[in-house]
Amino acid sequence: MQTLNISDVDFAEPGNMSCPGCGASIAMNLALKALGQDTILVIPACCWAIIAGPYPMSSLKVPILHTAFPSAAVTASGVRAGLDMKGDTKTTVVAWAGDGGSFDIGIQSLSGAAERNDDIIFVCYDNEAYMNTGVQRSSSTPYGSRTTTTPGQGWKKTRKKNMIEIMAAHGVSYAATANIAYPEDLIRKFKKARELKGGTRFIHVYATCTTGWGAPSEYAVKIARLATRCNLFPLYEVEDGITYTLNEKGDTPVDAYLNLQGRFKHLSLEDKAGIQNQVDKDFAVLKNKLSVC
Amino acid sequence: MKPAVDTGKHFINGDIACAEGAIAAGCLFFGGYPITPATEVAEHMSERLPHVGGTYIQMEDEIAAMTSILGGAWTGKKTMTATSGPGFSLMMETVGLAIVTETPCVVVNVQRGGPSTGLPTQGAQADMMQAKWGSHGDYEIIALAPSSPQEMFDLTITAFNLSEKYRTPVFIMSDEIVGHMSEKVVIPKKEAIKTISRIQPRGKKNNFHPFKPGPNGVAPMPSIGQGYKVHVTGLTHDEKGYPVMSVDTQAEMMERLLGKIRNNLDDIIMTDQYLLDDADIVIVSYGVSSRTSYTAVDMAREQGIKAGLLRLITVWPFPDRLIKELALRVKGFITVEINMGQISREVERCAGYKAPSYLAGHPGGAVVPPEQVISIMKEAF
Repeated sequence: MQTLNISDVDFAEPGNMSCPGCGASIAMNLALKALGQDTILVIPACCWAIIAGPYPMSSLKVPILHTAFPSAAVTASGVRAGLDMKGDTKTTVVAWAGDGGSFDIGIQSLSGAAERNDDIIFVCYDNEAYMNTGVQRSSSTPYGSRTTTTPGQGWKKTRKKNMIEIMAAHGVSYAATANIAYPEDLIRKFKKARELKGGTRFIHVYATCTTGWGAPSEYAVKIARLATRCNLFPLYEVEDGITYTLNEKGDTPVDAYLNLQGRFKHLSLEDKAGIQNQVDKDFAVLKNKLSVC
Repeated sequence: MKPAVDTGKHFINGDIACAEGAIAAGCLFFGGYPITPATEVAEHMSERLPHVGGTYIQMEDEIAAMTSILGGAWTGKKTMTATSGPGFSLMMETVGLAIVTETPCVVVNVQRGGPSTGLPTQGAQADMMQAKWGSHGDYEIIALAPSSPQEMFDLTITAFNLSEKYRTPVFIMSDEIVGHMSEKVVIPKKEAIKTISRIQPRGKKNNFHPFKPGPNGVAPMPSIGQGYKVHVTGLTHDEKGYPVMSVDTQAEMMERLLGKIRNNLDDIIMTDQYLLDDADIVIVSYGVSSRTSYTAVDMAREQGIKAGLLRLITVWPFPDRLIKELALRVKGFITVEINMGQISREVERCAGYKAPSYLAGHPGGAVVPPEQVISIMKEAF
């Protein structure tokens, strides 16, 4: 048996409002272990706005500013500016948004903060649709996935927005992908992000939603691990928009990942082959970036 | 596959009835963005539109949802979006654009408790003044308040008709309770549904003025690509549509925008009146609050109080004249609404010093109980 080197100190309480098997909940638990007590979280409308909230199940031991849907990044910018004026350089300001609040309605303020290089960590916990309102598609929903609006009973025919590359293109000091199934890697990345204080840092966390994806809750981590093993969600870091480091190399066919989830069950063998082809192409592009630096 | 008009008796919630009403009215484009408690409108449009030759697009936010329906409307299609409080706030800039460009479209607000994120899963009627004044500048707006799933269907058709007739955005000011409650909804035969489409220009394509009012104060509306020269702008513009930065043009444009509503009040304003003829005390209400108001009237009558109900089906433009006339002959007014005093202020304004006006309000999350209305009534009169 392998023992993970993860701190026992928790800043997230159990018994919160999340669904069974919530990847976003695992993500928060791990992230706070890395970020520690001196953290302020800014959370826009998303599942975590609910999970963190209701008394007496309020689940986090750090301060939370629940903000408007479009503006997690810039609320964090304002908090940072205020703390700086008070001479507080110790506290880490973290915007913690879902994929809607990062990829869709949140991208304008996120891009603004990144261009100004505001001193915040922006975390997108990505469950690939609007889960809090009942599984509507977002621009993070992957090709082939069914939601309630893709449209109707149809499935999504366009690709997932490549968020980390968009953020890397801003030239931020640190952009990384992380995955709840790789806790040590995730914690290392959050610690690194905290230490690279001074500008905008972006972490894209893959966070399973078994409720929305049509999978048994006990598969939350398994599905997440397969996403990386299939190269659907490669784990890598980009420093200053230039230096790429790949953390995991996958070799598993995408079928293993797709077949576990109801949201993909309508796909034909041909559709799945098409997804495999696209994943291979995307991974080749990523590998080229590795060889450049 | 279901036809556009799904004739028959249904047991559906208000959001779905609203979507069915839109499709029955000829809506072919919906710009959607999920938000509780309006998401079901988007989901149902997403399901239905592709089967009736229409298009559902899920947008990246409410700014996009609202603006996309203006784009769709200028191609000649009937278009709609649906949202709730926070999304309604984000749409407000574009509401002004729709008004000034005289673009027909329908915006559904399934209201929830506010301010801000508020009570996403519980009802309120606290965006009523935002519906009137939420966008900057001076304008008239049309807003309807359905009180049941059946009215979500019926008034959505009416909203499209008014929108097309007056070339203006029309709000459906629903709420979470009406949106999420399921009741019987009767969808009539297609032939029995009256739908209106915008008047299109005819004749010469040269020298056409897309903002020159016709007989009812509304200009015929061309579609982009139809051959008429179209220049649509949010800047102050003359009848040709081109920007003119002058005091005179501003005055002419404002007269046109306000006039087409203010000069057609009898056509736009709809009310329902219950035991009003001999009433001493008038309960004014709208939407879901009117449902408990009917009960309040009955309870008052049982106790020998001559109460009557004026239910506003059209909330904006406000029925000033009707309230002013009532104020001359009744003891006073009680406005029942799920906010802490919005439409009650309008009633107070119209009643002036002729009759006192009271509020039976609620901070949000539930309806005003009829007992509260009776208690205020007894205390006040």
